[in-house]
Amino acid sequence: MAATPKIELKSVHKSFGPKTVLDGVNLRVRPGESLVVIGGSGTGKSVMLKCILGLMYPDKGKIFIDGEDTTRISGRAREQAMRKFGMLFQGAALFDSLPVWENVAFGLIRGRKLRRGEAKDIAMDKLAKVGLSEDVAMLSPAELSGGMQKRVGLARAIAADPEIIFFDEPTTGLDPIMADVINELIVDSVRDLGATTLSITHDMASARKIADHIAMLYKGHIIWSGPAEDIDQTGNEYVDQFIHGRAEGPIQMEVRRP
Amino acid sequence: MNIFAAIGAITLAFLAETGRFSQFTLSAVLHCLRPPFFVGIWARQMMSIGYYSLPVVGLTAFFTGGVLALQIYIGGTRFNAESIVPTIVVLGITRELGPVIGGLMVAGRVSAAIAAEIGTMRVTEQIDALTTLSTNPFNYLIAPRLIAAVVTLPLLVFIGDIIGVMGGFIVSTQSLGFNPATYIKNTADFVEVGDVTSGLWKAAVFGFIIALMGCYHGFHSRGGAQGVGSATTYAVVAASILILAANYVMTSILFSD
Repeated sequence: MAATPKIELKSVHKSFGPKTVLDGVNLRVRPGESLVVIGGSGTGKSVMLKCILGLMYPDKGKIFIDGEDTTRISGRAREQAMRKFGMLFQGAALFDSLPVWENVAFGLIRGRKLRRGEAKDIAMDKLAKVGLSEDVAMLSPAELSGGMQKRVGLARAIAADPEIIFFDEPTTGLDPIMADVINELIVDSVRDLGATTLSITHDMASARKIADHIAMLYKGHIIWSGPAEDIDQTGNEYVDQFIHGRAEGPIQMEVRRP
Repeated sequence: MNIFAAIGAITLAFLAETGRFSQFTLSAVLHCLRPPFFVGIWARQMMSIGYYSLPVVGLTAFFTGGVLALQIYIGGTRFNAESIVPTIVVLGITRELGPVIGGLMVAGRVSAAIAAEIGTMRVTEQIDALTTLSTNPFNYLIAPRLIAAVVTLPLLVFIGDIIGVMGGFIVSTQSLGFNPATYIKNTADFVEVGDVTSGLWKAAVFGFIIALMGCYHGFHSRGGAQGVGSATTYAVVAASILILAANYVMTSILFSD
């Protein structure tokens, strides 16, 4: 019998007024798997992630975490479900009123009720894992470069040793070298934790580096999914156009031609 | 679009906003009463909302008391009723001007600051990050600001009342020739506890309005810097109008006999 998927989406729909963003998304992420969802801007990747995290509710469909229906849970039940999750936001989303180490320790102090000293030790350890020194720990997030903020965000995401980690465009806005550093850190951190990951990105270099499986979202549907090594032989012209970044093909951008 | 469709669209938008606001207010109040309580953050907010507003409220109260004394003196001389200046100053300050002007000044300072801070947290996904870290934003962000404003506004207004009466005293004794001892006696003889406490009740309600407007507009801000700017403006305007409306309602209730 197949293991219960860590994350499962069944026919998830989400619309904003007349605009349909998710139009029946079906997705399964197995325990320990690293799934990367690729797709162009505005195809609904972030909305899908927010529905899984409970930051917004889908209009129709079901979302299961470890086989439990979490589609519409809220309050304490949602907070309990969140304890399984770590999340790296696109812009890192660090709390600018707190120093770096408190950002990393936040979930440990507030969510897990650890003593500050104990949480600080763990935060320092996680910061070291992402290559940041103790000096950085006392700085404010505003004093850090984009790459350092992403690394702090990663340290915060893995601080509580979560079972499932979400990465929202982890390399957006970074130079290619720093992007690769972040990708390496993601792969190493996830391997150390044995966590399941779901990432969304439109950076193919990042997707190839961190994915076991890749799925492509287009116009609210998953139009292809399979092992990462098969991405170049999908036979799907939409996937082919996207991974090679060609303007010509079945995916037409809404751009007015002169 | 025909006129009926336009009216219908406006009505629906109004009802949706009213529903969203009512839900937010109820949730905010319930989270003030429901653990976890972030007491350290309450204290920080009390400093930020209360203590740091003291210079603004104190200066405003001082000049308001002074100008009140001048105006009443000018009006009073027309009826040979200059002696009424201390009584009107103390009643005017404690019942109306202390809470209302203090409330409006704090609305400008605090509603804007709250809306800008929470609005920036919203557009930079910091509020989403709180949720993913098993921390309810209502407990962590909204409740401490509401509690701090409701507790500190009456304290601020009480201090403002004293400074306002002192402003009237200084102007009256230094410019208008009043005897200091007589002025103080007239002030003390005619002011009642109810005059002061009614102003403090008003201040507590104004504190709630100020924090609620800042939190609500910040929490629902959208679209980057422009969205945060709009949220800040709406927060201050809405808080100011609601303070004046609530003042009328409370005055008619508190002084109905």
